[in-house]
Amino acid sequence: MKKLILTGISRRFIRVWQRNFTVYRQNWKISFITPMLEPLFYLLAFGVGLSMLVGKIHFQGYEISYPRFIAPALIAINIMNTAFFENTYSSFVRMYYQKTFDAMMATPLTLEEIITGEIIWGATKAVIATAIMLLVISLFGLIRYPHGLLVIPLAFIGGIAFGSIGMFFTGIVPRIEQFNLPVFLFITPMFLFSGTFFPIKNLPFWAQHLAVFLPLTHLVRMTRSFSLGLLNMEMLWGFGYFVIVSLIFFPLAINRMRRRLIK
Amino acid sequence: MLSAPRENTRYFLIVEPIVEAIHLKKRFGNLVAVDDVSFEVFPGECFGILGPNGAGKTSTIRMIYGFSPMTDGSLKVFGLDISQNMRAGKARIGVCQQENNLDPDLTVLQNLEVFARYFDIPLREAHERARSLLQFMALDHRRETKAIELSGGMMRRLVLARALINNPELLILDEPTTGLDPQSRHQVWESLEQLRADGLTILLTTHYMDEASRLCDRLLIMDGGHILVQGKPSDLIQEYIGHGIIEVNEPTPTLRSYLQTLNLQYEDTGHRLIIYSEGSGSLYQEIRNNYCKGGCLMRMATLEDVFLKLTGRELKE
Repeated sequence: MKKLILTGISRRFIRVWQRNFTVYRQNWKISFITPMLEPLFYLLAFGVGLSMLVGKIHFQGYEISYPRFIAPALIAINIMNTAFFENTYSSFVRMYYQKTFDAMMATPLTLEEIITGEIIWGATKAVIATAIMLLVISLFGLIRYPHGLLVIPLAFIGGIAFGSIGMFFTGIVPRIEQFNLPVFLFITPMFLFSGTFFPIKNLPFWAQHLAVFLPLTHLVRMTRSFSLGLLNMEMLWGFGYFVIVSLIFFPLAINRMRRRLIK
Repeated sequence: MLSAPRENTRYFLIVEPIVEAIHLKKRFGNLVAVDDVSFEVFPGECFGILGPNGAGKTSTIRMIYGFSPMTDGSLKVFGLDISQNMRAGKARIGVCQQENNLDPDLTVLQNLEVFARYFDIPLREAHERARSLLQFMALDHRRETKAIELSGGMMRRLVLARALINNPELLILDEPTTGLDPQSRHQVWESLEQLRADGLTILLTTHYMDEASRLCDRLLIMDGGHILVQGKPSDLIQEYIGHGIIEVNEPTPTLRSYLQTLNLQYEDTGHRLIIYSEGSGSLYQEIRNNYCKGGCLMRMATLEDVFLKLTGRELKE
């Protein structure tokens, strides 16, 4: 890395964020539908349909109902998906098909600001979706307040981590179809095996250890604890974990995008 | 406002160039896209970079507007080293890239207002500038239309309006009229002529010779990364072609030998001879009377003749 990663970033990254927000406002109604309906569908299918078979679940010494177990996981999955998909498919469309980044790079904006603005935007979208889901799930009485509100800042930092990972892939995939690979090998296994729909301790011993390395595992554990009103020092470690993931993947993403776009 | 040293300048002006490129070089891996290119663009002039596809035109101007770093050479824009003053330099340049990279989901007006934010232009001022630019580009009646619904010509005019949102001192256009219908091309040309008349410095690339002849005060022709010639369009025509062209279809061998005895320059494409004449009617009379089986004509020499003579007639890609 020739240049220091953080050179070239000023508060102007906000301009990139604003651009995306302006576009988002054009069809916000459609963007609102997914986080509103998704928890309803899942709670209906898994919560109502499956919970009779499942019964009660043990979590950190408490016995909780199955809907109460999966509802926070739905929020965590949504944080991951919103940020990751925004900074992969959507960013790729802006970069490759719409040439939005090219246009921006002919203005005083730097590449670093463009990428920062994109990632912060992805995290913002995750926060918006989280707020909507939180509201819907609260209607079922499945969130304990005020602790549950901590899920909002968690969505932001988690969004930055997953968005940075996504942007890193955007920097390296030659064609948009190739996002299938990280989605299939990274996102889908996390969706299934991160303590989302069943406790990690149900996994074979080796897989339990593997799951600890998956970012979603930590996100699920934290949203679940916050939603149940369980706060402890371990949660600080969780925040720290996402800060570290961001500190690794954010510079990597900038580095890859620099190689890709500055020719 | 100082103007470029034009034909009738009787006194000597020392004018600081807006763009000063010296021995500019750009390499992509093993490919040398721009090789030892030097030129200057003076305030108030329209300077053209001409060349076939792949000549290095876009690579050259991308270095000037700070989009891509140069491999070697020296480049000053507004008297400043662009690589050291990237942000300040870009704030004073308007760029119209080859693609219509508009925000398709936003309206015409929003496209300009969003772009103005990239330059930190306050909202109220951005709105006023956007409205007046849309009027200038005859787009004000479409300001609430989504950019994706515009015709090709309108999109181009919007990209041009967008390039002017920061009141640039230098406007850089990469093939401004490629792919446009004749009406739209003329509309773009008229806008550019208006801007030039207002004293704006313009740097453009094109492979349309009529565009270059009409708009450019000075130009350079490049091919394979090198500059072939540089000068005023009229001087280049005079120097490389002369006044007139005589074209002869299906020439006979006797015509070829006749031309050789006269020691005249001509180009032979097999089915056609292109004879560079000094514009004397007598040669044309002679040819028409004695050697003209398949049709012949005399016409004024154009920049296109210079271009084809220097870059060759074979396909470039």
